[in-house]
Amino acid sequence: MINKLVISNLAHRPVRTTLSVLAIAVEVTMILTLVGVSYGTLDGTSRRARGVGADLMIRPPGSSIIGLNGAPLSDKLVDFVRKQPHVAQATGTMVQPLSGFDSITGLNLDEFTKMSGGFHFLEGGPFQTDQDVLIDEYYAKEKGLHVGDRIQLINHEWRVSGIFESGKLARICVQLSVLQELTANDHRISQIYLTADRPDHIQEVLANLRARLPGYPIYTMEEFTSLLSINSVGLLRNFIGVVIGVAVIVGFIVVFMSMYTAVLERTREIGILKAVGAQSGFILMLLVRETLLLSVMGTAVGILLTYVTQWLMKHAVPSSLTQETVYWWWPIAGAIAIVGSLLGVIVPGIKAVRQDATEALSYE
Amino acid sequence: MSDAAIIEVKDLWKTYRAGDVDVHALQGASLEVAKGEFVAIVGASGSGKSTLFNILGTLTPPTSGTVKVNGRDLASLSNAERAIFRRSMVGFVFQKYNLLPTLTAEDNIRIVRYIGNRATEFTAEFKEVLELLGISDRMKHKPRALSGGQQQRVAIARAIVNGPAILLADEPTGNLDSQNSTAVLKLLKDLNQRLGQTILMITHDQEAASYGERTIHMRDGRVL
Repeated sequence: MINKLVISNLAHRPVRTTLSVLAIAVEVTMILTLVGVSYGTLDGTSRRARGVGADLMIRPPGSSIIGLNGAPLSDKLVDFVRKQPHVAQATGTMVQPLSGFDSITGLNLDEFTKMSGGFHFLEGGPFQTDQDVLIDEYYAKEKGLHVGDRIQLINHEWRVSGIFESGKLARICVQLSVLQELTANDHRISQIYLTADRPDHIQEVLANLRARLPGYPIYTMEEFTSLLSINSVGLLRNFIGVVIGVAVIVGFIVVFMSMYTAVLERTREIGILKAVGAQSGFILMLLVRETLLLSVMGTAVGILLTYVTQWLMKHAVPSSLTQETVYWWWPIAGAIAIVGSLLGVIVPGIKAVRQDATEALSYE
Repeated sequence: MSDAAIIEVKDLWKTYRAGDVDVHALQGASLEVAKGEFVAIVGASGSGKSTLFNILGTLTPPTSGTVKVNGRDLASLSNAERAIFRRSMVGFVFQKYNLLPTLTAEDNIRIVRYIGNRATEFTAEFKEVLELLGISDRMKHKPRALSGGQQQRVAIARAIVNGPAILLADEPTGNLDSQNSTAVLKLLKDLNQRLGQTILMITHDQEAASYGERTIHMRDGRVL
């Protein structure tokens, strides 16, 4: 019976109910989208790193897990690495950040092809001239580019010579030597990928390199990809924390406003319920159940909205942002919405419980 | 308290604070109502009859004096006890019907059963009461789809659904036309005579009061 009253109360004010549900939905979408983009970006980075086909990677001392900035390593280090026992192949790449989330990667295509098996071209093929650029399918789709088109990157005009299937190394690739020259980083690289001559020699190579290159972050690819998680990226973790805090406040304000208005509007009805013997617990439970129902509906709509944001990102910015569906965050986002909502119903609930029945019954 | 009295009020005072002024709504009112009686309380505005209604219904406590319903002293009840008392001992009929607008007529009655921790299904006996009230075919409608007379009949059904010891009616015909007023008053009288329901009806209308077995007059917070 109480559930019937809860549902009929919410149905009686469809605009307010819809707005409350939408506001909670936006709160949930905000959390799930951020988490989805974080996971998508990290997984994309991880997938592309695995696509290189390397067993180990060497990064500059002090570099972060998710990004590289500049080219602090000498390319002589590649030769040094090649000469180490059980190292079969080594290749250096240079990463130059562009605007937003994009970056351009310089590589030695022959070395990279030998290590990874090469790009799978969907259109065009390898570099023909120094001015050529290779781009992945998502970047091509986002920018509407085809083979032969020209693009401006780092104040330089490039010709698209090939569009490759996404999932290897980077989204935008040019020849290493050209990028080094254009960015005044002659003989400098950002990281080194290498393979061992046999899988059972990987740990031996790793131990040797760590001993010979102290201070350099050297990872097996398994180690590196396992480090690409939200918990190991402090900035992301803190950012998600801030967004969750904002979401709780938004939920609190929305439900506070909605339920406070509801309590004011329903002063007489609360008086009626008290007159027929409803105790404070019943009145409070009525409001709490309304709030819970709003939160659950808001969470459901919010989850659906994340598919909309996912679709928008996939079609509007396919190369920059990838949003994954992180199912295990659904109950977390729902719980956050419910906590914010329950905080919001406390004051209106107390107001309703404290209403004098005789005054409430004479309320117009 | 006499053997047959279901309500006994002695030297009842109620003082409200309105700004800086004390308003004495009741000034030593006393009365007795026998079980099964239909009593009309008549008085002008400000005579204290609504305050008496609220105190008898445990909606507000008295400032001093004794109020006993079915032998229970209402002055000693806590808020929670007063709510429990209202569930089983009192039924209210208000001038403005006071039905929950979001529920159907049926659910307006059922929720009182629910709050009273009773089965929400209507008994055969209660269905007969609905027939008597002439609203059994209007149970699925919400209050806005009912006429004033029908709403007041639903309110009467709601008031007696838990078999209260007393039915308190505050100007039950105040918002009705003469035809519906007569119908509602006849129904109250019928309930009193058929079911032996004790009824206290507050009114300023002498004609309405004439439906009661006895009329009590109030003025300036006192029973005359």
